[in-house]
Amino acid sequence: MENAAAAVDRTKAVATRLKKRYASERRFKALGLGAIVLALGFLGILLVTILSNGMTAFVQTNIRLDITFDAETLGVDPAKPSADSLASANYGGIIKNALAKAFPDVSGGQRRQLTKLVSTGADLPLRDMLMANPGLLGTTASVWVVAGADVDMAMKGHVSRVPGAEGNRLTDAQLGWLEELEKRGDVSKKFNTALFTTGDSREPEQAGLWGAVVGSFFSLSITLLVCFPLGVATAVYLEEFAPKNKWTDLIEVNINNLAAVPSVVFGLLGLAIFLNFFGMPRSAPLVGGLVLALISLPTIIIAGRAAMKAVPPSIREAALGLGASKLQMVTDHVLPLSMPGILTGTILGMAHALGETAPLLMIGMVAFIVDIPASPLDPSAVLPVQVYLWADSPERAFVERTSAAIMVLLFFLAMMNLAAILLRKKFERRW
Amino acid sequence: MNAIPVTDTRLAKVAARDVNVYYGQKHALKHVDLDIRANDVTALIGPSGCGKSTFLRCINRMNDLIENAQVTGSLTLDGDNIYDKAIDVVQLRARIGMVFQKPNPFPKSIYDNIAYGPRIHGMARDQTELDEIVMNSLEKAGLLGEVKDRLEESGTGLSGGQQQRLCIARAIAVAPEVILMDEPCSALDPIATAKVEELIDELRENFTIVIVTHSMQQAARVSQRTAFFHLGELVEVGDTEQIFTNPQHPLTQGYITGRFG
Repeated sequence: MENAAAAVDRTKAVATRLKKRYASERRFKALGLGAIVLALGFLGILLVTILSNGMTAFVQTNIRLDITFDAETLGVDPAKPSADSLASANYGGIIKNALAKAFPDVSGGQRRQLTKLVSTGADLPLRDMLMANPGLLGTTASVWVVAGADVDMAMKGHVSRVPGAEGNRLTDAQLGWLEELEKRGDVSKKFNTALFTTGDSREPEQAGLWGAVVGSFFSLSITLLVCFPLGVATAVYLEEFAPKNKWTDLIEVNINNLAAVPSVVFGLLGLAIFLNFFGMPRSAPLVGGLVLALISLPTIIIAGRAAMKAVPPSIREAALGLGASKLQMVTDHVLPLSMPGILTGTILGMAHALGETAPLLMIGMVAFIVDIPASPLDPSAVLPVQVYLWADSPERAFVERTSAAIMVLLFFLAMMNLAAILLRKKFERRW
Repeated sequence: MNAIPVTDTRLAKVAARDVNVYYGQKHALKHVDLDIRANDVTALIGPSGCGKSTFLRCINRMNDLIENAQVTGSLTLDGDNIYDKAIDVVQLRARIGMVFQKPNPFPKSIYDNIAYGPRIHGMARDQTELDEIVMNSLEKAGLLGEVKDRLEESGTGLSGGQQQRLCIARAIAVAPEVILMDEPCSALDPIATAKVEELIDELRENFTIVIVTHSMQQAARVSQRTAFFHLGELVEVGDTEQIFTNPQHPLTQGYITGRFG
């Protein structure tokens, strides 16, 4: 009887304990779920902020004007227009004339304000137009020209159009003309091609990312060329050939530590060695790429070694047992089997390098550069530094362009990660 | 079973004299003297950790790959010292093939699995010769009938027993003189095991085989000579029949009657 009673007691105790165990498991699951929801929430806020701020930067306000390619104003000989004279002609003058024609009752003093409705860079497309087709000389054409940044901001609703409101840099007269133009249907938002075709500019409506995209491309190409062969060779040597002793242990610890060194330190290293010692050009993607290579090298070595470790020892034994040399074992079996892992690590390292800013500031890639770099030796910006520069600009129009630049940067990062996933999927093997 | 009569006059294919193996401080193999005769199947038996696999891996110098492993004494293949500095380990392993415990085909096509060895040793002058070697090896391994229509499929897609026979075909494609087998059937089911054992018996005609096995029945079925290892020492070696019917050493007797091990 006593035994039975003890058994019942024990069952009860087990049941209570079981209940507690399940309860703690439920708590743990709820906590984990909460953490994920919180993280996703923050990510959502970030993305929504960037999207809502930046989407408008992909369109640009344009104004339609009836441009007369008047040879006299342009300063071109109408009988025989040379390419040189067309290139250096006074296109600002014909825009001014067109504006004056659109608002004939504007007096001389207000003419300057009227001209400011249109971007100071609006003359360049007109030049291209006329140079491509000199027959336009003397004719009149209806052309959409890029509006000034202040007009753009007012049209997009980023600043109030109430005269004198905060942030409104348009005068009452300018606001009136804008309304008049709108009534005539001569104001429209068009795709912002400048954002993807030009380099940086002080004028927001002319500022583009193309220079930074090309700079990033050059930098990353250099990075890849340097750190992929170097990283893979290091990983192969350390994993397959190096004797296991305290020296290789020391090297391994140091490589792992290098992956955790703040990137700005690598920037200082690049400044001291590449710029000051080797005298390489400042602000150049060549130096940027080398510094980024130093940063991603540990990542690639670690990923490469992990991928090679994952190749089963039985495959190595099979190759060696057949009389393959160690190098044949590596090149014929270990490398092909670990290549997906190595490539994934490399792409993630590259993605990391694409987003690096601090070390590039150290080597002068933060300069204001308008020209599109033609080679890795030309001064250039890169995407994250462009974001940094625009975020630092006071004009309201740069706020949305900063977000747009971030979107472009995130797009490239997402593409690189996608490539990593696809590569892994494609080369995945079972044994 | 003993199609070829065992005579003592035959030369030893592989001869071990006072072979010792150390893993760091651990003395894993102690003073082993063992002759392995040509065209015999020699079974190495003994409880786990007795050094039989260690001895097997000394013969094709796979122990070289283990850090801090040290081999002393003399091991000869046809009179050539295996551990001589002049011996090229790559050439040696072409003469002494190996089949492992777990089937380990390369994740490549069946054809490439077998062609790999001949390719790295430059054994075929053209594609036709290579094809011939591959077909011959598959034929000898008794696998040709099963795979001849899917030579381009992955070797890892075969069943376990087929994979192990593929590994045997891969080993014989290099035309070795000796084939070492490290518990080749331990990962296989009984039917696949029977097929591999049959194959081993056929291969004896052309190759000298050394097989490590945990199964005494297997040793009894496939081998002509059996060596019993215990705690790193070679306790007894003799004709298989004699070892299993009339063991000389009490340890051998204890092991084969299942009193320990």
